[in-house]
Amino acid sequence: MSLVWEVFRRERAGAPMQHAGSVVAPDERFAEIYAREQYGRRGESEALWLVPRDAVAEIDEFVDEFDLKYRRVDGYSIKERLKEARERAGTVPG
Amino acid sequence: MPEPSRAETLLPLADDELIVGWRNSEWTGIAPFLEEDVAFSSIAQNEIGHARALYELVAEELGTTADELAYDRAPGDYRCAPLVQLRRMDWAATIARHVLYETADAIRIEALSSSADPAVAGIAARIDREEVYHRMHAEMWLSRLQASDEGRARLDAALDELWPYGLGVLDAEQRPELHGRLEERLSRALPDAAPVERGSHEPELADLLGEMTIVRRSAPAGARW
Repeated sequence: MSLVWEVFRRERAGAPMQHAGSVVAPDERFAEIYAREQYGRRGESEALWLVPRDAVAEIDEFVDEFDLKYRRVDGYSIKERLKEARERAGTVPG
Repeated sequence: MPEPSRAETLLPLADDELIVGWRNSEWTGIAPFLEEDVAFSSIAQNEIGHARALYELVAEELGTTADELAYDRAPGDYRCAPLVQLRRMDWAATIARHVLYETADAIRIEALSSSADPAVAGIAARIDREEVYHRMHAEMWLSRLQASDEGRARLDAALDELWPYGLGVLDAEQRPELHGRLEERLSRALPDAAPVERGSHEPELADLLGEMTIVRRSAPAGARW
């Protein structure tokens, strides 16, 4: 039975591993050969990681029922509030 | 005894690599599954790349070009081993040939790596760095076929047929090494058979060469592409 192997590649020493794609192979040895051919033979990779897709724990649901946007990296939008504050202070930039 | 010329040493090897590459490329688009199609086509391309590098080295010595050596000789002048000439569109036979060829090639390349001619030793070492992956590929398929009764039976039948051809890839003094390595890896005896020697030509070689040169022959001699 064939398995899907997710392939990660590092472009050069020090760079992060990034998802490159996948290969379908019956076992790890076949996966290694196929990943070398498809993601390594043009000198585009310094290293590869092979991960059986089954070994990947996926999280694809992120609940935010109460709109706690201050917890997110983009945070509050302060544009409007800043504008109001500037108007109150009489320092609206020209 | 004088050292053999580069042409004598390398032309049989170059012809083997070109023709085995061509035969392997016949699986492009029709290999058993898509990932294998990509991998086997890539191996075919590598072999043809090795042929090009070898022809260039020989062409320098003979005052000709790699293209002329690859495409313009008469079928009878090709020095490739009969093993690579055979057309076998059966996957077990293809893997059997792949195993026989790569094992024999490793022995021959090892010997060339210690050649007194630095250009020959250098090219052998460069070729070997790619052949490592061809051997890994052959090895994984060998294990795969050996793992089932049907796979093993088909592989063994193909090995029985192709073994005398496998012997013909190497010079007589290198054959015991091939025999030893294969029997150890295959855990089986190989038939006692006379080698099919280099210099003989299988009928399907002429067809291959006809097809391989069809575009080149369609243009006047000396055409620039």
